[in-house]
Amino acid sequence: MKNFARRLAMGPWLGIALIVFLLVLWQLAAELKWVSPLSLPSVTSVLATLWDLLLSGELLKELASSLWRMFAGYFIGGALGVLLGLLMASFRPVYNLLEPITEILRPIPSPAYVPIAILFLGIDDEMKIFMVAFASFFPVLLNTYSGVRSVDPVQMQTARTFGVKGAKILWQVVLPSAAPSIFTGMRVSLAVALIVMVISEMVAASNGIGYFVLAAQRGFKTREMFAGIITLAVLGYCLNRIFLAIESRVLAWHRGATQQQKN
Amino acid sequence: MRDSSTAVQGGSPYIAVRGVRKSYSGHGRTTHALGGVELQIEQGAFVSIVGPSGCGKSTLLQIMAGLVPASEGRVDLQARQVTEPPPEMVYVFQQYTRSLFPWKSVEKNVSYGLENREKLPASEIAALTREYIGLVKLDGFENHYPWQLSGGMQQRVAIARALACRPAVLLMDEPFSSVDALTRVGLQELVLRLWRELGLTIVFVTHDTEEAIYLSTRVVALGKPPSTVRMDLQIELPHPRDQITTRELPRYLQYRHQLLSQLFSDEGLASGAKPNPA
Repeated sequence: MKNFARRLAMGPWLGIALIVFLLVLWQLAAELKWVSPLSLPSVTSVLATLWDLLLSGELLKELASSLWRMFAGYFIGGALGVLLGLLMASFRPVYNLLEPITEILRPIPSPAYVPIAILFLGIDDEMKIFMVAFASFFPVLLNTYSGVRSVDPVQMQTARTFGVKGAKILWQVVLPSAAPSIFTGMRVSLAVALIVMVISEMVAASNGIGYFVLAAQRGFKTREMFAGIITLAVLGYCLNRIFLAIESRVLAWHRGATQQQKN
Repeated sequence: MRDSSTAVQGGSPYIAVRGVRKSYSGHGRTTHALGGVELQIEQGAFVSIVGPSGCGKSTLLQIMAGLVPASEGRVDLQARQVTEPPPEMVYVFQQYTRSLFPWKSVEKNVSYGLENREKLPASEIAALTREYIGLVKLDGFENHYPWQLSGGMQQRVAIARALACRPAVLLMDEPFSSVDALTRVGLQELVLRLWRELGLTIVFVTHDTEEAIYLSTRVVALGKPPSTVRMDLQIELPHPRDQITTRELPRYLQYRHQLLSQLFSDEGLASGAKPNPA
């Protein structure tokens, strides 16, 4: 018994046990009506609703429109972040031109842009894509900039001694060398993109998972609301996992090289 | 073994460094590193440049390579002024750990210069890459990454990468200064062998006078900055050289005496010996 407890404490099961415990607590709170069933439906009923929503295809439809907006914005913002980060790090005048304005715009919380975005872009996809792109842009920009700044000059000299110059150096040396940093920015932006996508859909939308959750709450359909939130949790978890898998494949050399340095 | 009298081609030297000066300014003051260096190098020579640290010998090499512009003066390669890295020359960096691309395998690192220097079919690039990996005895490590290799092996990758472009001139900046003594001997033999077999011209910067004498056909000593050529010594030691017997030759010791006396007197260090027994 003692042995079992120790093995539980050392393994991955401890964290899972906590989640199961909290779900049981939730179930009890709902069953025994510690909390009003109107606000807190039982876990089992939420999961049943989630299952129905998945089977009917309703949830997947909302998810599809959300994911389209999110990825469109994420890739636009990410691409611009890499491009401008590269330019700012490579050309002093570009840096001098853009640094002050980024420092002013960056600290403003993204949701504060929603009213402006609605004024200029309406309440359709353009507004949400813009919001996600805008929020995804800054982490990628900053990390690309610092990644490019720290490229080893010896590597660029090496390219030059082999007759490589100009844009080819950017492509062959600077980008791969800055890739670990760029990936860090992209990972931060992915989390930000998910948040901003949900927020912009809650503010103004007629579909999407953010809209779905808010509409369910307003219609006192709390089971649907919780089903939507669980979907978001699973989505966020999966996106991060997929990202890490891609990253470890693309940057396998970097993990090896940095582990080597630590030894 | 090799005839160094083929030096002059059409009246102009193979490599000519003419009145090269280099100054850096920054933080409100100007540093004069090179104060008018004159140097002519014949084809096929193995020339070492020695001097106290900070004398600008690496800077001189970078100027010769077209990587850094001279403040004054010029460098000519076969009577053409060097303004950017010429295709006949490759520079081998001191810091091999920083000069190899960590995201490329050994094979991709070696083929890097080849792919960029000339338009060759992929099969030929692959064949040349294999050949030069074999030449530095790294067969079997093609798919390793630089960080999986020892320091000496990494520098061999860098040498293979440079040679795969089949340059006529190899410019080497203290290439063996950060490996252990035995690895260093191995690399010295490798470079001597490649110099002989491939008919290269090598300009070799080192702070180690013994290494310079052992490897070279000529040793050039720079003084304190702003540096100029303080001593120019033809090394007439027999080839092939031998790590033990060559270093025991009276001639070798005489060259060593001359060079060290020069360097010590420039530094204001007394050696107790009479300068220049020659």
